[in-house]
Amino acid sequence: MDSEVKNKIVSIEKPQLEAPADWQPVIIGILCNWCSYAGSDLTGTSRIQYPPNIRIIRVPCSSRVDPWFLIKSLQTSADGVLVSGCHPGDCHYITGNYFARRRFLVTKKLLNFVGYHEDRIQFSWVSAAEGPKFAKVVEKVTQDIRKLGPLHLNKKENFNR
Amino acid sequence: MARVGVFVCFCGANIADFVDVPAVVEESKKIKDVKFAVHYKYMCSDPGQQIIKDAIVQNRLTSVVVAACSPRMHEKTFRRAVAEAGLNPYLLEIANIREHSSWVHQKDKKSATEKAADLIRMAVAKSIANEQLHAISVPVTKRALVIGGGIAGIQAALDIADAKIPVVLVEKSPSIGGRMAQLDETFPTLDCSQCILTPKMVDVASHPYIELIPYSEVMELDGFVGNYKVKIKKKASYVNFSTCTGCGACQQKCPVKVPNEYNMGIDKRKAIYTPFPQAVPNKPVIDANHCNMLLKGKCGICAKVCEKGAIDYTMKDEIIEREIGAVVVATGYDLWDPKPYEEYGVGRFKDIITSLEFERMVSANGPTGGVPVRPSDGKVPKTVVFIKCIGSRDEAKGIEYCSKICCMYTAKHAILLHHKVHDSHAYIFYMDIRAAGKGYEEFVKRAQVETGATYLRGRVSKIYRKDDKLIVRGEDGQLGQVVEVEADLVVLATAIIPNKDNPDLARLLGVSYDKYGYMSEAHPKLRPVETAKAGIFLAGCTQAPKDIPDTVSQASACAAKVCGLFSGDTMQKDPMISTVNTDNCSGCQNCIKVCPYQAITAEEIPVARGSKEMRIVAKINEGVCQGCGSCAAVCRSMAISLAGFTDSQIINEIVSI
Repeated sequence: MDSEVKNKIVSIEKPQLEAPADWQPVIIGILCNWCSYAGSDLTGTSRIQYPPNIRIIRVPCSSRVDPWFLIKSLQTSADGVLVSGCHPGDCHYITGNYFARRRFLVTKKLLNFVGYHEDRIQFSWVSAAEGPKFAKVVEKVTQDIRKLGPLHLNKKENFNR
Repeated sequence: MARVGVFVCFCGANIADFVDVPAVVEESKKIKDVKFAVHYKYMCSDPGQQIIKDAIVQNRLTSVVVAACSPRMHEKTFRRAVAEAGLNPYLLEIANIREHSSWVHQKDKKSATEKAADLIRMAVAKSIANEQLHAISVPVTKRALVIGGGIAGIQAALDIADAKIPVVLVEKSPSIGGRMAQLDETFPTLDCSQCILTPKMVDVASHPYIELIPYSEVMELDGFVGNYKVKIKKKASYVNFSTCTGCGACQQKCPVKVPNEYNMGIDKRKAIYTPFPQAVPNKPVIDANHCNMLLKGKCGICAKVCEKGAIDYTMKDEIIEREIGAVVVATGYDLWDPKPYEEYGVGRFKDIITSLEFERMVSANGPTGGVPVRPSDGKVPKTVVFIKCIGSRDEAKGIEYCSKICCMYTAKHAILLHHKVHDSHAYIFYMDIRAAGKGYEEFVKRAQVETGATYLRGRVSKIYRKDDKLIVRGEDGQLGQVVEVEADLVVLATAIIPNKDNPDLARLLGVSYDKYGYMSEAHPKLRPVETAKAGIFLAGCTQAPKDIPDTVSQASACAAKVCGLFSGDTMQKDPMISTVNTDNCSGCQNCIKVCPYQAITAEEIPVARGSKEMRIVAKINEGVCQGCGSCAAVCRSMAISLAGFTDSQIINEIVSI
């Protein structure tokens, strides 16, 4: 990126909002129906515990995820977003997760450009058999987002809502 | 004006113990547009569904949110209930507060309750943007593909074909029969495997509704339920099956000897071979990896001795295509390689064999004529030690699961050994005896009483050689002491593992599989033979280790499912597919590039009504579209919308948190 342009970008994250002690991050999880959503169901069926900060949205395939959804999430309600799909090669729709993977790399760049920390959006592969892995992924994402701090302390004043 | 009803389920104690359900209902009532909210012990039960139906009518609800278990569990149930009350079934949304809240936050009731309320808020917001959808009718190709010609595939193919539905049966090896054809006698009745299997094999070959394609593999599967297209590679057999009479002269004269897979490599077969005498079809194939003529261009004896001139060294692999409506996968199992058991001397001591090798030896048509012998010196063993759970239930060296059949076949082997060598004695080291099944426990008892076999509960720690004997040192857990047995032969009951091609095949079919490589069923209890992909079913050890009775039941269940699927001329398809708003479409054709099903084509339409000037827009074939939504995500003009997961539905969910 051109350094002049870079300097002009005002990071949305600065100055970082001071998080109150009882602050809990809000994370949106967008999961594909066939692998990750089924995997998250398995986490439940196996009663594996994970942090309660994630709110899960079901989509048919990770390729359904428009970068717009991710930006909109950060703008309006979430402190972080997790997108999870089938392992490469295992996509229920043959090639969907490859598109998702490529789109995700571009979205990270866009995120930097817009001024969000790129770790606010995370991506993972969780299969329908990986209940324990899903819990681990959620734990890690929650930890990461907690470190990055809040985006919305006063939700109601947010002009986007 | 939206009028949403929220129905929160206790799920007995499953939800109610960890989520404050009444508080969630109160919270839901506060949501704008929610006109009715109630809780009930079991929403999925009849009275629960009645509550939903009554509320829809009485409160003139425009959409319904059920907060209960995963939509993968009961979405269909509740859609039906909603439809019975006169509302479009797709105006239902499910808030998954069991798998995604109560079960995973069991130590934090406050957070779980808040989360449940949030999930309901999201579902309400989404449901407001839901549209009425109607199932699409698509024609069905009434022909089934069965992959694998073992007992599972044979049973499924016969049952489907008996309902007068054409079946294409694809088998990888030159003959159908599978693992069961290798068995001598079967537990718990000791009826001869060949006697019950071979008539079925012949039925398959002669059935007017079955097209048997042996020595071939599935290469590609396109399409969707009811309308699949499959590409099958017929491997070059170098023998023209239509002229070959199966006389066997070529096999006698062939000079090349190769370890015989059917007999677990105990004896040799020729490079041109039928796997076993009862093979179906009973026509030989040439093993291209070993044939001198194919490898070096020298020999050609089989062509010389063949009176019919059926040998054709120039034959090539051939790809054939079939249109089918459903698939039954029955690829069977392999055996785990016991090499990691180094302390047993696996690989060093010739007289340690696997149970399938033992099975071949005691088989009447086996390489030793039905008598077990020591591979080292050919003597008949008097003392045989059987060790169970080799690889099974062993996280350190093998796999975690129980292979299910080893307890039973080891008991059978003890009986067979006693039948073949009367003065022999069997020692069986076991961890547990798992004999659940009709007549199974009695069978194990019979083995103990009839043969006098010594069952020792404990693991074997070491096997070493002393003269020409193998000393098996193990633990007798019940006496709490170390025992040593002087054995002539040691038989390892190695674990069942899925067919090594399973993951590749699962990917090719678009079916999910677990960490071991077994293909995954749609629901472990309620949909055990279906996969998550509509129209693909699982039979036998493709799904998990199974014995013959279970395999046959599952294969018949698959057949019932296939027949049900083919019961009408058309079938209902989920309407959650993409549509194009041609007014907005800019004709960029990005959607065409990302569609995995080639469901989108470019179409020319007039720029305005009556205009001669044309412009390009996307057109979606609703019969082919599977509803992945790739196109909706790449559409820059937002002309494509995926029903059930529209932009406004998802954005509504996001902003409602």
